[in-house]
Amino acid sequence: MDFERFKVHGEPLIYGAMISIALATIGIIIGLTYFKKWGYLWREWLTTVDHKRIGVMYILAALLMLFRGGVDAMMMRLQTAAPEMKFLDAQHYNEVFTTHGLIMILFMAMPFIIGLMNVIVPLQIGARDVAFPRLNAVSFWLFFFGAMLLNISFVIGGSPDAGWSAYFPLASLEFSPTVGNNYYSLALQISGIGTLLTGVNFIVTILKMRAPGMKLMKMPMFIWSALLTNVIIVFAFPVLTVALALMMFDRLFGSQFFTMSNGGMDMLWANLFWVWGHPEVYIVILPAFGIYSEIIATFSKKNLYGYTSMVFSMVIISLLSFLVWAHHFYTMGQGAMVNGFFSITTMAIAVPTGVKIFNWLFTLRKGRITFTTPMLYTLAFIPIFTIGGVTGVMLAMASADYQYHNTMFLVAHFHYVLIPGAVFAVIAGFHYWFPKVFGFRLNDRLGRHAFWWIAISFNVTFFPLFLLGLMGMTRRTYTYSAETGFGPLNSLSFVGAVGLCIGFVILVYNIYWSTRYMPKDTNGDPWDGRTLEWATNSPIPAYNFAIVPKVQTRDAFWTSKVDNIPLFEEKITKIHMPSNTGKPFIMGVIFFIFGFSMVFSLWIPAILAAVGIVIVMATMSFDRDHGFYISAEEVIATEKKLRGETV
Amino acid sequence: MKIDASKPLEYSTEENSNKIFGFWVFLGAEIALFATLFTVYLVMVNRFASGPSGPEIFEIGPVLYETFLLLSSSFTIGLAVHAMRHGYKKAMMVFIGITLLMGLAFAGIEVMEFLTYIHEGATLQTSGFLSSLFVLLGTHGAHVSFGLLWGGAILIQLWRQGINPATANKTFIFSLYWHFLDIVWIFIFSFVYLKGLM
Ligand code: HEM
Ligand SMILES: [Cu+2]
Repeated sequence: MDFERFKVHGEPLIYGAMISIALATIGIIIGLTYFKKWGYLWREWLTTVDHKRIGVMYILAALLMLFRGGVDAMMMRLQTAAPEMKFLDAQHYNEVFTTHGLIMILFMAMPFIIGLMNVIVPLQIGARDVAFPRLNAVSFWLFFFGAMLLNISFVIGGSPDAGWSAYFPLASLEFSPTVGNNYYSLALQISGIGTLLTGVNFIVTILKMRAPGMKLMKMPMFIWSALLTNVIIVFAFPVLTVALALMMFDRLFGSQFFTMSNGGMDMLWANLFWVWGHPEVYIVILPAFGIYSEIIATFSKKNLYGYTSMVFSMVIISLLSFLVWAHHFYTMGQGAMVNGFFSITTMAIAVPTGVKIFNWLFTLRKGRITFTTPMLYTLAFIPIFTIGGVTGVMLAMASADYQYHNTMFLVAHFHYVLIPGAVFAVIAGFHYWFPKVFGFRLNDRLGRHAFWWIAISFNVTFFPLFLLGLMGMTRRTYTYSAETGFGPLNSLSFVGAVGLCIGFVILVYNIYWSTRYMPKDTNGDPWDGRTLEWATNSPIPAYNFAIVPKVQTRDAFWTSKVDNIPLFEEKITKIHMPSNTGKPFIMGVIFFIFGFSMVFSLWIPAILAAVGIVIVMATMSFDRDHGFYISAEEVIATEKKLRGETV
Repeated sequence: MKIDASKPLEYSTEENSNKIFGFWVFLGAEIALFATLFTVYLVMVNRFASGPSGPEIFEIGPVLYETFLLLSSSFTIGLAVHAMRHGYKKAMMVFIGITLLMGLAFAGIEVMEFLTYIHEGATLQTSGFLSSLFVLLGTHGAHVSFGLLWGGAILIQLWRQGINPATANKTFIFSLYWHFLDIVWIFIFSFVYLKGLM
C-alpha cells in the first residue's frame, strides 16, 4: 500500500496539530484509566438514551468545535492582519477557511441548537423523553463521528480546500486532486444522516407527545421554532444527501455529474448545494428566534406579544427559505428574469422577520426587565441582527450584488446574521437553561464581563469587513499588498478577533468558577420562569416529571403560579423507561471506519464496514428489550431528595 | 405497556402509533430524496454527449417484467397485512415470502439490465445522462435490496414470535415502505422508460 497518501507535509503548524491531538488522546486515555472512569463513561454516557444526557453531549461537542473553528478563524485573521503576512500559505489558507465554515455551521451551530432542543423540547412539552430515544442516540453518534472524520482530515491526507460551498469544477478530482473533498462528501454525509433522523424524531415528539391539554397554539414559542426547524430538516437534508452522493460518485467512481465534459453540468452542484444551504441557515436561525422569545418573555415578566403572528411569520419564513437559493449566485449566468424572481423572494423574507423584531420590541415595552446575562445577549441580538438583515436586503438586489458578490462585504453580512442570530442565541440559551440541567446558575458578573467583550469585539472584528468589501477586497484571499490600503482595517479586525477570544475564555472560565463556587439552587425555578421545564426539579430526574402535567394555558407554569391553576393532579405511579444500549455508539464507530475507508478508496474495509452496519441494524431490529420501570416509591424518594427534604 | 384493544394491533400501543407516524415523516424525506434524483435526471436527460441516448439503450421487455413483478408484490404485501389483521400467521408469512421473492426477481432483472448497458458500453462514466440514469435506478434498486434484508428479518421474527404488537407494527411499516418503492417505480417507468421510448 502507498502510505504517502495519508501524510500531510511541510508545515510546523500541522506537526504541532498532530502532536497536540496525539497528546490530548493519550492524556484522555491515561486520565480515564487512572481515575477508573471507563465503566462510568460507558454506562452513563456512551450508551445513554436519555435526551438530557444526549443533549449535554451535543453541547460539549459543539463547544469543542467552537474552539476548533475559532482557532481557524484566528489563524485567518492573523494571516490577513497585515499586508504580505507569511503565517499561512495559500493552500493552508484555503483549507482553513473551508474547515472553518464547515465546522462552524455544521458541527458547531447546528449541533449546539440540536443539543438545546434535546434538553429542552421534551421538558417544555411535559414529556418523559423524545419519541424514539434509541434513534436519538444513533443521531448523536452519527453526527459525532461525522464531525471527527472531518477533523482528522487536517492531519491525515489533507483537508477540503474548495470552500465550504465546494463549487465545481474546482472541487472535482481534476482541480482538487487531494483526498480533502472526499472527506467533505463522506463526513457531511454521515453526520447529515444523523441530522435527518433527528428531524424525524422531533417532529413525532412534538406532534404526538405533548402533555394533555397543550394544543398547538398553546405550545411555547421555542417548541414552535423547533417544530418548523425539524420540518425544514426533513425536506432540506435529503437534497444534501443526494448532492454529496453525486459528488462522491464523481470523485471516486468517475461519473459525469458536475464535470466540464461528457454532458456534466457544474452549475447543477451550485443549485443542489444551495437548495439545501439556504434552508440550512434557517435551521440554525429559527430555533434561535425561539430561544430569544422565551428569554424576552421571562425577563420582561410579560407574555410574548403577538403570539399568533410570531407563529405565522415563522411558517412563512420556513416556506420562503426554500425559494431563495439562487441569490447565492446571481452573477453566475442565469437570466434577468430568474434573478428578478429570486431577488423578490429574498427581500420578502425581510417582512416576516421584521414582524418578529417588532413583536420582541413590543414584548419589552413596559416590561419589568431584568438584565441577566441571557437577556443581555438577547438585547444585543436585536440591533446587531438588524444590521445583518439590512445588509442582506442590499445583497438581495441582484444588480447591486454584482458589486458585493464574493467580497468581504458578504463575509461581514453573514457573520452579522450568524453570530448574533445563532451564536449569541446558543450562548444565551446555555446560560438560561444551565441551572435546569446542572442545578446551579452560572455567575452573572463573569457572564456579563464575557458578554461585553464578545458583543463589542464582534463589531470591531466584523464592521471593518463591510468597508473592506466596499473597497474591493475579495473574500478567500490569503494575502494582499500594502498598496491596496486594506492593511489598517484588517489590523483593526484582528484586534477585534483577539477581543472575541478573550470573551470566550472568560465564558469558559465562568463555567469552571461557577461549578466550584455557585450555590445549589433548590426550587428548580431560578428565573421565575413561565414554561413547563421550570416546573420540575433541577437537576432534572431521569423521568423528567414525576406526574405528567395537565396544561390549560399558554404559559402553563406561570399561570399555575399566579392564578393557582394546578398542573399536577394525578398520583405518582410507576414510570416506564427505555434501557441503555451500546449499539448506536458501535454503529457510529463503524460508520467512521466506512467513511475513512471510502475517503482513501480502501474498498475491502469499506465493504466490510458496510456489512457491519447492516449487521448492527439487524441486531437492533431483533432486540426485544422493552425497557424497565421505576417504582412509585423510588420516584417519591427521588423527588424528596431533589427538593432537599430528608428521605 | 398499555395495549389499546380498540385499535388494530399495529397501532395498539403509543410507541407503535408513534413509529407509524414517524415512518410517514421519514417517507416525506424519501420523497424529497427521490424528487431531487428525478430533477437531476430530467436536467441530465439530453446531456448524453458522445454516448448513447435513452432510446438507443432502453428495452421495453425487461422493464415490463420489472413493472409486473413490483406491482404484484405491492398487492401481495397488502394481502399479508390483510392476513395479519385476521391473525392468520401462516398466510401472512407466505404472502411476505412471495413479496420478497418477487422483489428478488426484480432486483435480479435490474442487475441484468445494468450488465447489458455496461456491455453495450453505456457506463456510469460515459455521460452525464448515464450517470444520472444509473444513480436514479440504482438508488431505487438499493432500496429494494435493503427491503429484502429487512423483510427477511421480519419473517424470522414472525416465525419465532408470531403475530404480536411488535411484529405487526414492523410488518405494517414494511408494507408502507414497499408500497412507496412501488410508487417510485411508477414514476421511473413513466418518466424514464416511457418518456425515453417515445
Ligand atoms: C468567532 C469569530 C469568527 C471569526 C473571527 C470569523 C472569521 C472568518 C474569516 C476571517 C473568514 C474567511 C474570510 C475569507 O477570507 O473569505 C470566515 C469565513 C466563514 N465563516 Fe467565520 N468567523 C467567526 C465565526 C463564525 C461563525 C460562528 C460562523 C457560523 C456559524 C462562521 C461561518 C463562516 C463561514 C460559513 C465562512 C465562509 C467559509 C468559506 O469561505 O468557505 N464564522 N470567518
Ligand atoms: Cu441564502
